[in-house]
Amino acid sequence: MITTLLYSLTGLILFGMGFFTLIIHSHPLRKILAVNVMGTGVFLILVATAYIPLGQGEIDPVPHAMVLTGIVVSVSVTALALILACRVQETSNITLLKGTKQSEDIKETGA
Amino acid sequence: MIFHVDSASWIIAPVILPLIAGLLCFLFNRKIFIIALAAALANFLVVCFLIWQLLNFGPMRSYIGGWQPPLGITLRTDGPALLMLLMTAITGLGVTLYARGYFSHRISDPVRAFRHQRQQRYFWPLWMLLLTGLNGLFLSGDIFNLYVTLELIGISAASLAALSGKPASQRASFRYLLISLLGSLTYLLGIVFLYRTCGVLDLTLLRNLAGNESGMGAALALLSVGLLLKTALVPLHFWLPPAHANALAPVSVILSALVVKASFYLLFRFWFELFAPIVTMPALNFMGTLGAIAILWGAIQAMRQHRLKLMVAYSTVSQLGYLFVAFPLSRITEGAEVWSIVIFMALTHACAKSAMFMAAGSVYLHLGHDRIKDLGGVRASLPVTVFAYGIAGVSLMGLPPSGAFIAKWMLLSSSFASSQWWWVLVIMTGSLLAMIYVFRVMSQFFVIPEGDVLDTPEPLSPLLEWPALILALISLFLGLFAPWPLHILSQGSTGLALIFPGALP
Repeated sequence: MITTLLYSLTGLILFGMGFFTLIIHSHPLRKILAVNVMGTGVFLILVATAYIPLGQGEIDPVPHAMVLTGIVVSVSVTALALILACRVQETSNITLLKGTKQSEDIKETGA
Repeated sequence: MIFHVDSASWIIAPVILPLIAGLLCFLFNRKIFIIALAAALANFLVVCFLIWQLLNFGPMRSYIGGWQPPLGITLRTDGPALLMLLMTAITGLGVTLYARGYFSHRISDPVRAFRHQRQQRYFWPLWMLLLTGLNGLFLSGDIFNLYVTLELIGISAASLAALSGKPASQRASFRYLLISLLGSLTYLLGIVFLYRTCGVLDLTLLRNLAGNESGMGAALALLSVGLLLKTALVPLHFWLPPAHANALAPVSVILSALVVKASFYLLFRFWFELFAPIVTMPALNFMGTLGAIAILWGAIQAMRQHRLKLMVAYSTVSQLGYLFVAFPLSRITEGAEVWSIVIFMALTHACAKSAMFMAAGSVYLHLGHDRIKDLGGVRASLPVTVFAYGIAGVSLMGLPPSGAFIAKWMLLSSSFASSQWWWVLVIMTGSLLAMIYVFRVMSQFFVIPEGDVLDTPEPLSPLLEWPALILALISLFLGLFAPWPLHILSQGSTGLALIFPGALP
């Protein structure tokens, strides 16, 4: 029980850290990584959930199936986000990998 | 055989058809439009058939692969789901025709013409995948499957939004993708809480199990925040106007008319079916207040815009607010009435807003810009489009006999009945502001430009003008055919009886 709780709390903390980074940093790559960290946090909680309902030694397979689906989704979304970030970089001279200072102008440009 | 007329297996068709069409679109290089049009038509016919089936045999339930819940995934039909499907099918058919006209519009500039060709290459498969996601979402009866369809919608919508290739649209769609991801991850976390509390994922089982446990509140909060982000309710609307306004015209139509409705539909079902026992009056009032702010803020922003497409996008922010104002009024009305308010509002908005975005897109193609102050002379050259814009505007304001009029009428009468007069003020002001922003553009259409008359290189194809007009007319006359949707709505939504047993005044 304690282990499950520990894993779940870690997952929640990861989720929170990812969320914080996503909001605070304007750099596209950081944002993509932040979303991935958030996703990992949720998956960790799900994996921990697998122990709960049946208890002693038994494992509920449903959360595992959910995590697998989630990972597939997360991989494809990350790929799409990276492509979009590259496009944004091409069209608006933002450096993707150097320090974050140059990327300040990515904020609201709207229309 | 499996496929009798009363067989539940037909439910799978609206999901499978666009999926197959989308995959076929990737395979072929030419004539993709034919595949997409065939799929959109078939989708429409199947939805009509499902409605007929619902009226004759009652709600259906299909277990994919024969696996029963709690392990298997359920697809189910009932009144609200089928009405949303019908909305998607009609708007989808219109968008498919409009997109055909849009992409076959001849452009003299070779660079732009080449870009047009490439955009078309990707538009059709992505649009078909988006349709798959939407249909799947409306039919799905499994909370995790809903997450998958949400992601499918988010991914294809963000890719569609990036299609136009302008820097502004790419930035907007990148942000759109991140927001939609944030929304679905929050939703997923909500599912985890729900699963921990109840141990099942099937919506029907959940409804039977769900009680007042402590995990339920957290789950509701997380699910709601995730879906609100995707629905773009003020103050979470910031991503919507740039993403919708910078996309290609057919894409703007899809995003504004259908995609935001999908997440709203889920949110509404959760609040009024699954979580009805734990939803409290302050929570409903909170949603209503956000909706009221959205109505006013969106309308004020819409009035201040200098570009037509941005104006229409902000109008979406405003119109979405009405859907949420229905929340606090649910306690005094019967459950079915909330459903009809929301469904009428959503149907009208889907048709009217797609007509409006189509008109804006045609004007953009015609003039090469959409600055509101330079729209003079359009009425003479694009009479059908301007007429469609006007009719759509009338529906958005909620004048009779549009569907929005019925919805607003029910909203007003229930706020009087419950002596919550402040909602009346908001709804009235919102309609008035809508009138101002619609007419501000309308009056520009009628201005006769001084000096030379616009030299128009190409007359627009009828496919660019008529779908807009037909959709606008549907939204306008929806009010006259009100009994039909209400009749469909009343069929077998088993949840309705459960809404607020012993509702308090």
